[in-house]
Amino acid sequence: MSGLPERDLDPEELEQEEAFDSSSQASSTQTSTITWINWFTSLPGHDYFCEVHEDFIEDDFNLTGLQSMVPFWKEALEMVLDVEPEEDSSKIPDVSIVENSAELLYGLVHQRFILTKAGLQLMVDKYEQGHFGACPRVFCHATHVLPCGRADMPGVDTVKLFCPNCGDIYAPPSSKYSGLDGAFFGTTFGPLFFQTYPELLAAPFYASPSTSSTQPSGERGFSPSPSPSRIGGETFVNPNPHGGQKAALGRVYVPRIYGFKVSERARSGPRMKWLRERPERAEELDLVDRLGRWKDQVESAPDGMGGKGSRGDDDEMGGGGGGKGALFDDEDEVEEDEEEEEEEEATGQSNSAGGAQQPQAEIRQYMSRGHIEADEMLVVGLDAKALGMRGQARRTGRDVEGEDDERSG
Amino acid sequence: MDDISTGSESDYSNSWIAWFLSTKGNEYFAEVDEDYILDRFNLTGLNGEVVQEYSRALDLITDSLDDEALDDDVREAVETSARFLYGLIHARYIVTSRGLSKMLDKYRKADFGRCPRVYCYSQPLLPVGLSDIPYQKAVKLYCPRCEDIYSPKSNRHGSIDGAYFGTTFPHMLFMVYPQMIPAKTQPVGEVSRGLGIAGSLTGAGREQPSSVGTVSTAAAAVKAERYEPRIFGFRVNEEAKLSRWRTARRDTQIARLEALEKEQAQPNL
Repeated sequence: MSGLPERDLDPEELEQEEAFDSSSQASSTQTSTITWINWFTSLPGHDYFCEVHEDFIEDDFNLTGLQSMVPFWKEALEMVLDVEPEEDSSKIPDVSIVENSAELLYGLVHQRFILTKAGLQLMVDKYEQGHFGACPRVFCHATHVLPCGRADMPGVDTVKLFCPNCGDIYAPPSSKYSGLDGAFFGTTFGPLFFQTYPELLAAPFYASPSTSSTQPSGERGFSPSPSPSRIGGETFVNPNPHGGQKAALGRVYVPRIYGFKVSERARSGPRMKWLRERPERAEELDLVDRLGRWKDQVESAPDGMGGKGSRGDDDEMGGGGGGKGALFDDEDEVEEDEEEEEEEEATGQSNSAGGAQQPQAEIRQYMSRGHIEADEMLVVGLDAKALGMRGQARRTGRDVEGEDDERSG
Repeated sequence: MDDISTGSESDYSNSWIAWFLSTKGNEYFAEVDEDYILDRFNLTGLNGEVVQEYSRALDLITDSLDDEALDDDVREAVETSARFLYGLIHARYIVTSRGLSKMLDKYRKADFGRCPRVYCYSQPLLPVGLSDIPYQKAVKLYCPRCEDIYSPKSNRHGSIDGAYFGTTFPHMLFMVYPQMIPAKTQPVGEVSRGLGIAGSLTGAGREQPSSVGTVSTAAAAVKAERYEPRIFGFRVNEEAKLSRWRTARRDTQIARLEALEKEQAQPNL
């Protein structure tokens, strides 16, 4: 199958045949009008692409600088635009090489096209129909994602998916996208898209529904649906007109053991909560200087806890026993800490050998070291003692409120 | 191929549990020791009120049910109950030391999939429930690198009850095996740092021995990478502000933990 197609075989017809062979879901039913672009974007794994307007490709200005990046430029361009090849182009060894070039050419033009008004419009239609899939993160509640690249040069990285709620990027769920070059979308497209359509971007702040109550009991239950009044944007305004205008889905996962939050004092305690956190109000963003330091702390010495007024301090991050800010401020805390140190000496540093121990013993150990929130110690103590009496059993339903669903029988 | 409704009678498997584990979609489950199931204390609270056809289901799980005598409807009900019961026992079992070590092996083999987040570099995941009560929430996957939870890719896994794994399991695992906590940085062998660096990142995730287990984790998050949106190379104002705010939050926590560590180190000196 080398060399150019015979004179009597029209390349367009060849491509049409291929379209039938390789893609059963070619959307167009009028086969006579299917173009290379139609065919190409309907291939499996190419559904992230939109159809670049032909007049965009025909304008040489839009192709500036691409010529040097694409081998067999002229032939590739002809293929993309469905132009009859000229007779003297028999120097091409193999059609498949031109096909690769055409794909590269199309991808690079696509990167530029989707930054134009027309391209953004096509992509927002695809976005709203969910063509790009949904965010895998649980608390983003299947927010639609947008393809993006991490590089603008081809051959560097594959396509990734940007979630406008968590602001993070993810690998596509299916391996059919693993060959898709991120440069075909580019680094600019995602951010520009959400600058253009800020109503699709989550605002950077989030007031949790249980703001008033600082107790975790308020936010237990893991109900997935945020209160509907906050969704939809009617009641929601971001004071920054250029920022995201959509109410954020701001729930953050809280690791729990038997219903008790894992303390950050534990070696395995939470370290990454900041990655998903948002301030309660937009103004709090301005409490941080350009280097990511609290402004009111830059001159004064850090006292261990500077983040004033932010949500996490109140209901999530603070050491359990009201030790918000200064962990050693109130007397109870100090006492507990002394006990903790005694315990620690007594038990020794057997932590690394923990694998051999019973988890129940582990609980007691962590509890005694203050790894489980201090104000819950008593409850855990009872629980652990009861559990410790007998081998490997545990109660599953035990929770902060002392719900006892399992014992009822 | 095993027939689902008559699975326990299948010639292919010698026990119900083995058959159950080999069924498609049940890859997340570990094998619960028969001894564990036979110890009635471990089943405290599981009874006819919680599980229909409790005793027959239990017999089926332990391969002591003579289901020749049952008609098809009953057999099907027993089969369903047996899966339910196995799930509830499983949730209890996997937080015991034997269960944890079995699940750890599965985690090492990445049986639960890998984190979809790009900057987690295909970190293996662990199953977690959002409720310990059955019929509330499907199972989710916890990533110990970004400490967030994700939905399973496949519907088959996405429909497993989260109560079969429980809210406690992954956190208990890292309490017991702190040396298994992955570092927040890029795994060794990958090209370092940030945007625009080569390498197909998917599938590369190797099991990196982290030093986290032996040293302080207070500052573990410092080197965690984040996505930074840029338009023609320029950062976007609001996102950059949020990112800086998060940096400040992170550093606050680190300072707090380090102060705490210093405090704790004092008496030993």
